[in-house]
Formats: sequence, C-alpha cells, structure tokens
Amino acid sequence: MTTTTVVAPDLAARNIKVTQARVVGSEWIKLRSLRSTVYTLIASVAITVGLGILFASFAVARLNSTGHLDTDPVTLTLRGAFLAQLAIGVLGVLLITGEYSTGMIRATMSAVPRRLPVLWAKLGLFGVIAVLVSVAAAFVAFLSGQAILSSKHVGASLSDPGVLRAVIGTGLYLAVVGLLGMALGFIIRNTAGAITTLFGILLVLPVLGEVLPASWAAHVVPYLPSNAGQAIMTLHPDPNTLAPWTGFALFVGYTAVAVAVAAVLLKRRDA
Amino acid sequence: MIEAHGLTKRYGDKLAVDDLTFTVQPGMVTGFLGPNGAGKSTTIRMIIGLDAPTAGSVTVNGRPYAEHAAPLREVGALLEARAIHTGRSAYNHLLALAATTGIPRRRVDEVVDLVGLREVARKRAGGFSLGMGQRLGIASALLGDPATFILDEPVNGLDPEGILWIRNLLKKLAAEGRTIFVSSHLMSEMALTADQLIIVGRGRLIADVSVAEFTRASRHSVRVRSPQAAVLRDALAGPEVTVTAAGADILEIDGLDSETVGRIAAEHGVMLFELVPHTASLEEAFMELTRDDVEFRANEGAELVGAGRSAS
Repeated sequence: MTTTTVVAPDLAARNIKVTQARVVGSEWIKLRSLRSTVYTLIASVAITVGLGILFASFAVARLNSTGHLDTDPVTLTLRGAFLAQLAIGVLGVLLITGEYSTGMIRATMSAVPRRLPVLWAKLGLFGVIAVLVSVAAAFVAFLSGQAILSSKHVGASLSDPGVLRAVIGTGLYLAVVGLLGMALGFIIRNTAGAITTLFGILLVLPVLGEVLPASWAAHVVPYLPSNAGQAIMTLHPDPNTLAPWTGFALFVGYTAVAVAVAAVLLKRRDA
Repeated sequence: MIEAHGLTKRYGDKLAVDDLTFTVQPGMVTGFLGPNGAGKSTTIRMIIGLDAPTAGSVTVNGRPYAEHAAPLREVGALLEARAIHTGRSAYNHLLALAATTGIPRRRVDEVVDLVGLREVARKRAGGFSLGMGQRLGIASALLGDPATFILDEPVNGLDPEGILWIRNLLKKLAAEGRTIFVSSHLMSEMALTADQLIIVGRGRLIADVSVAEFTRASRHSVRVRSPQAAVLRDALAGPEVTVTAAGADILEIDGLDSETVGRIAAEHGVMLFELVPHTASLEEAFMELTRDDVEFRANEGAELVGAGRSAS
C-alpha cells in the first residue's frame, strides 16, 4: 500500500468545472471503452453491407434462372437495414440502460448532477456516430451490391433520380432508430423493457395496422413510426406511404417527443 | 461542511428519512450510524442529489450539491451500491469521470496508485472483488481532491489491511481540515475512526454526540455475588440506583461505581464473593440506543422451531 500524498495541489489552480463539451468528452471515453458498444456498431455495419451483397448475389442467381429482376435494385441492396435496425436500436438502448443495470448511472449523475448535459451528450455523440457509420454502411452496401448486379446490367446508379436520397436516407433512418432506442432507454431505464418497447413500436405496430378496417388504415398506417421513417428508404414511394422526407420528418418528430419525455423524467426522477 | 435541515424522504407511505437536521463539521470524522434500513443511504443519496428530498433541504459547503460548478471538486462520494459499469476497466471508469470536469489524466494515475489498484487498473471492473470495487469507489471519490468526503459503508468487503488503510486515510483527510462523513452500521468500527457520531434509527435522529460523550454516557454497572444479597440490596437502595437480582446470590447494580458498592457492603458487614465492574461496550450502548428502531430483527428461537416443523 502506498502512502502517496492525497492532495493534488495543481487541481486548485485549474479551471475545474463541468461543461457540456467536457461531458461529451466523458461520454466519448465511455463509448469507446466498452467492447459491447464497439461490437454492436460493427455488427450493424456488417449486417447492412453483408446482406446487401448477399441479396444482390441471390438476385443475380434468380436472374440467371428466370431472366428478370423481380425487385428494384436499389431497395434490394439496402434491405439489410431492416435487420441492422435491431443492432443499432439495441445499441442506443444499451448505452443508457447499461448504466442503470450496472449502477454506473449513480457515478454519472453524481459527477454531473444537473443531469441534462448527460442526455444531450449521449444523444449528440451517438447521433453523430450513428449517422456517420450508418450512412457509410448504406453507401458501401449499395455500391458493392450494384457492383454485383451490374455484371448482369440490372444495377442502378447514384445519379439515378431518388437513389442518392434512398441511400443516405437508409443511413439516416438507422441513426434515428438508434436515437429513439436511446430516448426509450432513458425513459424506461431497463434494457429488456426498452428493447421490447422499441421493437414493439417499429416492428409490431405496422403488423397490427394491417388488421385495421381499410378506411382507418389509410389514416393510420402511413403515420406509424417505422412506416413513416422507412418512406425515405424506398426508391418509388407507393401511394399509401408518405412522401420520403415528410415521412422521415415525422419519424424524427416522434423521436423528438420521446427525447423531450426523457429529459423531463431525467430531471424529475430519483436517479 | 454538510448541513441538513428537516430532511425528509417518503417512499409511498413509508418514511425512509424523517425530519433529519444535523451539521457535519470539517476537520473531523463524523460517523453516520444506524441499523440497516435506518435511512443512511437515502440520506447520502439526497446529499449528492441522486434523490430529491420530499421535504427539507441539504447543502454541501453552503449550496445544494447540484448547484456547484465542479461537484467532484466539492464532494467525493463512495456509495454503498456499486456505481461502476462492469464492462469497463477501472482506469477508463476514472478517466470518464475525470473528463466531466477537466481533471487531468495525471490525477487519474495518482489516485489509482493511491488506492493500490495499479496492477488491475486496465482490467474490467466486473471481475473485481468487493474490496477492489471499494478501492475503485474511493479512487473516484479522491479524483477531484475535494473538501468533503461522503462514504457509505466504506469498509464493507475489505480485508483487515484494507480496513486499517481506510481508517488511516479518513483520519489523514480529516486532519487536513476536510469534512468526512462516513456511514456504518458497526459502532465498533466508528469507535475507532470517528470523532463525532450522528445516530439514526427508522429515519429519525437519535443522537448527535461526540464519541467521547457517547462513551461517558454509556451504561456502567456492577455485578456482585454475595450470600447476603438481600441485605446488600436494601443497603444499596437509593433514588438513582437500580438493583436487579440476576440469581439467588447475584445482584446487578446500575448507578453506583464498584468502589461505592464495596464500601457500602463493608459498612453493613456484608460478605462479598465477587465484585465486578462492567462498562458496556460502545456496541452494546449503540444497540441499547437503537433497540426500538431496528427495522428487521431475527425472531430468536421461534422462527427456527417453526421452520424445522414445516420442513419435517
């Protein structure tokens, strides 16, 4: 056991105080120092890209036997996002519920007792990372998928109308799924509960929407969060869905509401 | 300095902390004592702003904890429940906390050495023993070199060497003029470390005394064995004196010291076989004081018999 001095004389002279930028710095250390975070992010990319390549290869194989491509080549190579949303959504949830389940949240909140800087730092940092990683993954998935399809001259190009929007939009959709997961994690504070809620909203609501009477469905189904959000990913929006950016804006709006609820509860509840 | 005024916390219909008012002074170790469930941890959580009081207020160095610009610089806290992500290394845990308020990496290295975690600092905290976890918690409390330390049951899970280390650390920090507030449910531990005691039971303040006062006020009794117990009993009778028969020829006397009992016996020609002064240990005094405020108590005997029967 050492008997080094307890005092740190230089601390007194330094500008020691909590700032939003410093909380972001702290969250960055937390984010990169957990293996599970890094692996989940890699999984999300691998799924997006891997499935894009896989689906393109299957399409080429089918093309060889049937002689025609049965789906649009853009949506085909971006379809991995439907699975990747699970990974990035879970990651968003875990970045906060992991703190609640381990007790880390008590250290976090005693270091930043005003609390809201932690919410903004986590959302901002994860938001930027999720956008960069997901958009990059969508581009790689699209380009490598098209490279496979182009051997049969059925590929699409980024310069075709709506293609660039669909590719970028796929990345943006994934990032917002992650942020919605994070907001739900802040609200529910429990991993299983938040994940169930997130995928209940994204995956189950559209299925339930299908059983609605047709007259209702037209007013409900396009506005469900995932249907609205995914409008930006499709090359040729079908008449029953919202316009690409309108749908995406609505999806962001839902997420913003969840973030607002999270902020109020974070400030109000005992940590 | 920590000042609590009418601090109250209610969970549903249960009052966890009931109108606590106390001041924790700098320059000494203040023990926060009470049986399990007395509201110690809840009080500490309110001091560092994790829980909001239902009523009343508490300030650290003159302000509510959350209003300090640099909370880690004001207060170093070790909470009873672990506050570490199990998947992160001790070093990165400290680095992340330090980063919130601009504490340099050098200070992280310093506190890692100070608590003796150098060899395991790069390992995941999930694999830490209870004692190592406590040391990491203390390292995080030391990070900001704060004027006030709040430690909830710091010796839990520590080996004897670790306990001694904590005791000396706390005394040293107090000697530097800092405010040290340490909770414990063990009077014996506090007797060795604390200067002042704040004793709570069922969320209420029972006593706010110095250890010296507490020791002085604790019960002294004398036990005598004499064939003439009845005669002695009458001779000892007085307004401040309680005499109880602990056997046919044994008396327990409260309120007189052994010299006085011996002198009175001699004056009345009473033969004594035994004359034993007995000072209640601090632990006994503490249990006496909090006896009515223990939340969970083993129902001695009955429980075991019942369990045995239902099992057969």
